[in-house]
Amino acid sequence: MSLPDYRIAIAGENALILYFADQMSAEINQCVLQATQALQHELADVLLDVTPSYASLLLCYNPLLTDHFAVRQRIRQALANDGQHSQQPGQLVELPVYYSEESGPDLARVAKLHQLSIDDVIKLHQQQSYRVYAIGFAPGFAYLGELPEQLATPRLDSPRKKVPKGAVAIADRQTAVYPAVSPGGWNLIGLCPVKMFDPTSSPSMPVAVGDEVRFTAIDKTEFLSLGGQL
Amino acid sequence: MSGLRIEQPGLLSLLQDQGRFGQSQLGLTTGGPADGEAFRWANALLGNAPGSCCLEVTMGGLQLTMLQASRIAVCGAAMALRINQQPQPLWQSHSVQQGDVIELEMATAGLRSYLAVDGGFQLTAQFGSTSTVLREGIGGIDGGKLQAGQQLAIGASQGKPNWHLPEAFRPDYQAPLTLRLIEGYQSDDFSHPSKQRFYQHQFKVSRQSDRMGYRLEGPALSCQRRSMLSEGICYGAVQIPPDGQPIVLLTDRQTLGGYPKLGSVLSLDCWQLAQRSAGAELHFEAISMEQAHNALHLAEQQFQRRLQQLQSVD
Repeated sequence: MSLPDYRIAIAGENALILYFADQMSAEINQCVLQATQALQHELADVLLDVTPSYASLLLCYNPLLTDHFAVRQRIRQALANDGQHSQQPGQLVELPVYYSEESGPDLARVAKLHQLSIDDVIKLHQQQSYRVYAIGFAPGFAYLGELPEQLATPRLDSPRKKVPKGAVAIADRQTAVYPAVSPGGWNLIGLCPVKMFDPTSSPSMPVAVGDEVRFTAIDKTEFLSLGGQL
Repeated sequence: MSGLRIEQPGLLSLLQDQGRFGQSQLGLTTGGPADGEAFRWANALLGNAPGSCCLEVTMGGLQLTMLQASRIAVCGAAMALRINQQPQPLWQSHSVQQGDVIELEMATAGLRSYLAVDGGFQLTAQFGSTSTVLREGIGGIDGGKLQAGQQLAIGASQGKPNWHLPEAFRPDYQAPLTLRLIEGYQSDDFSHPSKQRFYQHQFKVSRQSDRMGYRLEGPALSCQRRSMLSEGICYGAVQIPPDGQPIVLLTDRQTLGGYPKLGSVLSLDCWQLAQRSAGAELHFEAISMEQAHNALHLAEQQFQRRLQQLQSVD
């Protein structure tokens, strides 16, 4: 796949950001992933950190070893020659979810908002697979998209102080699983018993950017037997 | 028994090495010292490898007991240092014996001090670093701040002489502060008059300031852009939320964010900012990427030159 036109902007004293588009799409996100892999390889001697997102890629380099002119030139070269880099296809990851009003306090409100039944909401959420567009905000927080149009739900007016670990949530056309207890403004529709971030295991996350995630409903007994907690 | 024991941790004491790099793809922030300059000197005065793990003491109130002989150095905020109740100078390395009691009183200028030990604190790295990030529960000891009674392992004594940094080379945390800003990110989406106001007016450090970011109070900035996709946030990025009050994002910042950013503050100035408390005044000054580059190289050369000019205290 050849990369589309992209823009390089200054982010900070030792950071440049590549913009591939203003809108999210799986194709653009795939380009970000491809560029991430190529640049991590080609600029390994000067890079400190690489942060891919929906349609952009932030590169931080050691400013005592190089400067932004040299880095820009190397980016252009590396991405022009790209194509030889074999793309690792994303894996399909299945995540079990206990959907219920008990585990998803916003389920009824979401259903009502879209004039659907609770069962419809649960079905729609499982109906397709979702791409992992980005990981950030908190360790292991994977932004998944795109949620079916019928389920697109605005964030809460005032965020919850405490969202439980494993909460399966939706906001706009995105969905995610909260990896740990944290504040959060997304709508909660279920709980997932799978650890989304475990610093003691390798890999520490069940998903990576570019993977596809599919949610499957489980009942309360299964949820508890998989280590889930209510 | 070896290492040292924390008797009183003070308000907030965190183990920090140079920071956790290369893990932002997992959503892990860098952490690391809030003031990279004082941190660097604390290690340098002991002859430690740069980036060795130190204790970052916020506000002061630390008390610890040495369980073995070693050397220590404290650099940063003005917190009176006592060894066995005898006042001792900061910005200097000291030999200490088993049983010695070390105290850092409350800061009278600046906010954070770095206590380094000979050979650095020894603990298992997580994701390549020992830096503590409380929000993530990663690094340090079980991802937390220090607690009374904890015992910390320290490196082997290197048997080096003690040094002190001449007073003229030490930063003044009460001096007027200018934050040099490299414009970037969405800077084109801010109107010219809005930017002019931003550079002309003074800002005040708000109470909502911590290792994650410093929220400032001043004239509100307006951005023409309404919504944008979340993107990577670099150190020092100046984020403008809908209320128009800038937030300078620091070591514990979140990795991705969707608010517009005007650019980023030079790291050297971020370190000075992290030594300021609520109410401190500052202003911004635009610099080019080339000026920033020169400033960083100059600071590095200055550090290396001063390293050669350290005075022996033995």
